[in-house]
Amino acid sequence: MQITVTVNGAERTVEVEPRLLLVHLLRDHLGLTGTHWGCDTSNCGTCVVWFDGTPVKSCTVLAAMADGHEVRTVEDLATADGLDPIQQAFSDHHGLQCGFCTPGMLMTGRWLLDRNPDPSEQEIREAISGQVCRCTGYQNIVRSVRAAAELSQVKGARA
Amino acid sequence: MSAGIDSITAAATTPRGYGPMRRKEDARFLRGKGHYLDDIRLPGMLHGAILRSPYAHAWITAIDTSAAEAHPKVHAVITGETLAGLGLAWMPTLSHDVQAVLATDKVRFQGQEVAFVVAEDRYAARDALGLIDVEYEPLTPVVDARKSLDPDAPLIRDDITGRTDNHIFDWEAGDAAATDEVFARADVVSSCDMVYPRTHPAPMETCGSIASMDPVTGKLTVYTTTQAPHAHRTVYALVAGLPEHKIQIISPDIGGGFGNKVGIYPGYVCAVVGSIVTGAPVKWVEDRSENLMSTSFARDYHMHGEIAATKDGTILGVRVKVLADHGAFNGTAQPSKMPAGLFHVFTGSYDLQAAHCAVTGVYTNKAPGGVAYACSFRITEAVYLIERLVDVLATDQGWDPAELRMNNLIRAEQFPYTTATGWEYDSGDYPQTLRLALQMVGYEELRREQAARRAAFERGEASELMGIGLSFFTEAVGAGPRKHMDILGLGMADGAELRVHPTGKAVLRLSCKSQGQGHETTFAQIVAEELGISPDDIEVVQGDTDQTPFGLGTYGSRSTPVSGAAAAVVARKVRERARIVAAAMLEVSPADLEWSKGSFHVKGDPSASKAMAEIAMAAHSDLELPEGVEGHLDATCVYNPPNLTYPCGGYVCVVDVDPGTGQVKVRRFVAVDDCGVRINPMVVEGQVHGGLADGIGMALMEVMAFDTDGNHLGASFMDYLLPTAVECPSWELGETVTPSPHHPIGAKGVGESATVGSPPAVVNAVLDAIGVRHADMPLTPAQVWRAMQGRPLRTDLAIG
Amino acid sequence: MQVPAQFEYARATSVAHAIDLLRRHGPESRLVAGGHSLIPMMKLRIANPETLIDINDLAELTRIGLDSGLLRIGALVRHAELLDSAVVGEHFAIFRDAERVIADPIVRNWGTVGGSLCQADPSEDLSAAFSAVRAIAVIQGADGERTVPVREFHTGPYQTVVGAAEILTELRVPIRPGGGSAYTKVERRAGDWAVAAAGAVLWLDGNTVSDVGIGLTAVGAAHFAAEEAEDFLRGRPATEESFAAAGRIAAAHCNPVADQRGPVDYKRHLAGELTTRALRRAAARAAGAAVETEGA
Ligand SMILES: Cc1cc2nc3c(=O)[nH]c(=O)nc-3n(C[C@H](O)[C@H](O)[C@H](O)COP(=O)(O)OP(=O)(O)OC[C@H]3O[C@@H](n4cnc5c(N)ncnc54)[C@H](O)[C@@H]3O)c2cc1C
Ligand code: FES
Ligand code: FES
Repeated sequence: MQITVTVNGAERTVEVEPRLLLVHLLRDHLGLTGTHWGCDTSNCGTCVVWFDGTPVKSCTVLAAMADGHEVRTVEDLATADGLDPIQQAFSDHHGLQCGFCTPGMLMTGRWLLDRNPDPSEQEIREAISGQVCRCTGYQNIVRSVRAAAELSQVKGARA
Repeated sequence: MSAGIDSITAAATTPRGYGPMRRKEDARFLRGKGHYLDDIRLPGMLHGAILRSPYAHAWITAIDTSAAEAHPKVHAVITGETLAGLGLAWMPTLSHDVQAVLATDKVRFQGQEVAFVVAEDRYAARDALGLIDVEYEPLTPVVDARKSLDPDAPLIRDDITGRTDNHIFDWEAGDAAATDEVFARADVVSSCDMVYPRTHPAPMETCGSIASMDPVTGKLTVYTTTQAPHAHRTVYALVAGLPEHKIQIISPDIGGGFGNKVGIYPGYVCAVVGSIVTGAPVKWVEDRSENLMSTSFARDYHMHGEIAATKDGTILGVRVKVLADHGAFNGTAQPSKMPAGLFHVFTGSYDLQAAHCAVTGVYTNKAPGGVAYACSFRITEAVYLIERLVDVLATDQGWDPAELRMNNLIRAEQFPYTTATGWEYDSGDYPQTLRLALQMVGYEELRREQAARRAAFERGEASELMGIGLSFFTEAVGAGPRKHMDILGLGMADGAELRVHPTGKAVLRLSCKSQGQGHETTFAQIVAEELGISPDDIEVVQGDTDQTPFGLGTYGSRSTPVSGAAAAVVARKVRERARIVAAAMLEVSPADLEWSKGSFHVKGDPSASKAMAEIAMAAHSDLELPEGVEGHLDATCVYNPPNLTYPCGGYVCVVDVDPGTGQVKVRRFVAVDDCGVRINPMVVEGQVHGGLADGIGMALMEVMAFDTDGNHLGASFMDYLLPTAVECPSWELGETVTPSPHHPIGAKGVGESATVGSPPAVVNAVLDAIGVRHADMPLTPAQVWRAMQGRPLRTDLAIG
Repeated sequence: MQVPAQFEYARATSVAHAIDLLRRHGPESRLVAGGHSLIPMMKLRIANPETLIDINDLAELTRIGLDSGLLRIGALVRHAELLDSAVVGEHFAIFRDAERVIADPIVRNWGTVGGSLCQADPSEDLSAAFSAVRAIAVIQGADGERTVPVREFHTGPYQTVVGAAEILTELRVPIRPGGGSAYTKVERRAGDWAVAAAGAVLWLDGNTVSDVGIGLTAVGAAHFAAEEAEDFLRGRPATEESFAAAGRIAAAHCNPVADQRGPVDYKRHLAGELTTRALRRAAARAAGAAVETEGA
């Protein structure tokens, strides 16, 4: 079947099997390999992308379901002006090691901050509780999201 | 000392050497531009999938692949029979055993590889698996390791001629007679049976491989998730009889390894054969179930420990018997001469008079492996054993576990210290490290709080109990030396090559391979520290055997102790060459030059000086070069460590337990690590954080249990639970620094310290809270509740 | 990564269209809502439908509202929407409590209320919560609409009364003043399915329990309910002793099975302990106390 999905702002029309998973549409058909996969049971969260502005596990969504919808991936976070504050904060605070969980963490982190610009440590921990990181023990991820909140507030105050 | 929950942040400017610094690799990972195995697509690439056994033990009586072969998108179906024709049905393991690549006779664990399909895409490959018809004749499996040596136990390895039972090895260390003597005169003896159950490294990226055999040049290129690319190349040459100079292994970005990505798995060999058979590149990436069911697990040690002491609290000796479940093929990755790895560091951090262990390895109908998962070759088991035994002794005698440890730790002035089982610990100040941990956590105050809480609970005024758990560990990392330690005959040393380009920018090539620890940054910092140039000007090349010198790779916390030393040594060689060139430039003798902050200057005349970049240009210029330098500054080295390095740490965990449900909440975790000199303290902290989360995982939730049919009960992330951000507290870290005296930069390695040290602290805390002497990990709510009823579960078997 | 077998895909544009598609494609067709139960099963090839009928466009099923004494929750309401809904929280804290601990926040963004009930997993949390509040399920077929009490909705593990060409459209919860409700769950780890969980709703007349509903999941309770314990409590004083006794009755009447989440004795113990705790919290809320929702 033919589907048209707006990915990172650009319309993409692709011929796919109905069974194709969204994560494979992104990775194998559109070459957006920043979105990863790490399990078969929707538990790990390395595949998180935004679907119409909301984070979802793209391994558990059909590409066909995205026909006519908008998808945003990690590749869309940085702009010509540079890194998104959340990316910058992950770099400053060592919020990543092997980087495999990172795209999913960034997408959820960005979403959380958009809805709640000043989240508590506990709110951050709960927000990423469907996403596993095997390297960082989470602390620096939590710190990075907090730091991004502060960074954004400073920027907002200046603007 | 640094303490508190506020972790280290990257400095605003790049340091010239050691210090917190933003990681270079982050730039690509943050933008989704990492380059992991499954991101690679070669032209014309096909996809492989493996059909696996549903049975733990069964004869294969027939395999019909015709329907799969008829699938329009299928290019090849490979079975054990195909491989047998090529002499590849079996491959050597890392422990001098053999393992079936694809089963030819019978299957010996659930999930064992039976057939390999090569198809145009991964969906079709999966579909074709469903079209293969295998007939099995089920056999009784050996599931419980404790029954594997029973006279009537089914024989698993009937492929090995002359074999009549499931016994693999008996191995011992220490002095049995001296230990018996110490036990005979001890005032008190405590003993405990404990299981360190089977767990899995479970990196977020699963294992995989892309094999591409060029039919014209005969060159085999293998992209693979490996922590040891050079060892893989040699093994492929030996296994497949391929010429080693025509094999290139490329290990791209790795999404975590933790030991899971050391060995060669049947899928990798199948991908190579698939590429030879089809003439196209073949990708095989395991799914999560395959990862959990068939690739290297860890632990599975059934331990009986005894500890002897005087009545005034001096620990005299430890005696241990271990039953080690190695699964169906003995595939554990550890130094050849040590079938139980470095388990004989079980004497831990204490000054003992005698110690002895006897380890028996057995086959069972479970996946092969046995060492992977950030364990420094079985030290995880050893540390758990001794740290649990010390707590059991304290419980039995009513002693304070902190005081008991403090009184028995090896003292600073005893280093270098030779243990009862023959290890030579290099350095440390254990009492200082433990004291700092106790001080940071506020030990005395916590004990008071605990007593008050217990009293309130008994009055019905509090609903939760609290517990405090300690552990003190000594790690032994950085294997070799090569004369004592090898894997498959390859000595455990590592290489480095350093080139300095004319403009003073450098390229460092290493045999080790980052799995996410940040080698591109920290190794550049090591060279930067030695040469006085910016780490930003040093490119680190790793993971490609055509581009890097030979070495055994990254595991057992080897990177910094071995390759880090190699990087420092090779940089010093470059510096000495630079001295000669600078001397020629300044027209003085090399001996008249002094090195400081990145340049050589004439002694007594700092203005007569040449910086590294100037020297590099001169070394490539028309300058008449003196004896000893042919033309550039480049150097190579192989580092063969003189001894292991011995990091240590004192950990304290505080938990709250809900006795009504058995739920555990980790309230605090203080970890004081001594890993010698810290190159990038921010990265060191990250390593510790990750290991502490591992400890929470193993102590509270991670386990691979098996039912009586040999079914794997932890074969997905729904059943094999990994800790999330919610179970982890804010880690509180501290440090002491005793440099390693024999390491070029005094660093000791830290990769596995926290994974090794944290599980007993968590377990000790939970058992302290509920007042139970021992219960096996994982301490799930059910296990905690059962332990409180005096009926703890056997966690390695199905819950009945 | 595991991947589903082949199937046909069709998108429904209205409830009537969905029913029509189900009829046309026959018994091997399945509705897909969030897909967060169905797609994992299809990846494992435990479920192999020939046609998937996507109902995600049916805006008519996404509403939450109050209507003549009924709280009405559309089948396509996502877990996250139920969690965030002020009107749901105001009338039935049990849903807010439950949703905080169902799966994880990302799964909750996509999984639906209707999918949860129709999946009929014996460990589903919402089945117990809706059972506790005695909700009414609204089911639509070619011949129109019918209503079924949630306590008659499930006919066994993974089985419901929804017919092959029918669709669950809505859940209706009768609102009665003076009540309080709560949900409490034991999981091995955040995001895990329940080892056991209990939900309670309770109405007080002074200090007497005038009516009560108790839902249980993962412990083999018939209809996800603890009816014997409800019968016992009605008319009794809302005391710690009554709640403990109700817990004991609930424990005695459930029928858990052992798995890696726990042995039978432990699950039975939890059925009692969590029933008591849920009742305690529900009573406190009924009495007007502010009781925080417990986090993951
Ligand atoms: C990682 C993970 C953890 C989870 N943890 C929990 C947990 O802790 N507790 C819990 O309760 N649940 C849990 N779930 C389940 C989750 O809540 C359900 O997946 C989800 O709510 C089901 O809804 P869905 O919309 O995704 O259903 P779908 O997967 O789309 O459908 C499920 C079934 O219902 C049918 N169906 C769907 N909608 C309708 C309808 N309107 N009418 C008729 N039939 C319909 C489908 O045909 C299918 O058979 C978890 C899921 C995941 C992936
Ligand atoms: S791949 Fe694991 S949740 Fe999507
Ligand atoms: S950084 Fe490796 S999994 Fe998170």
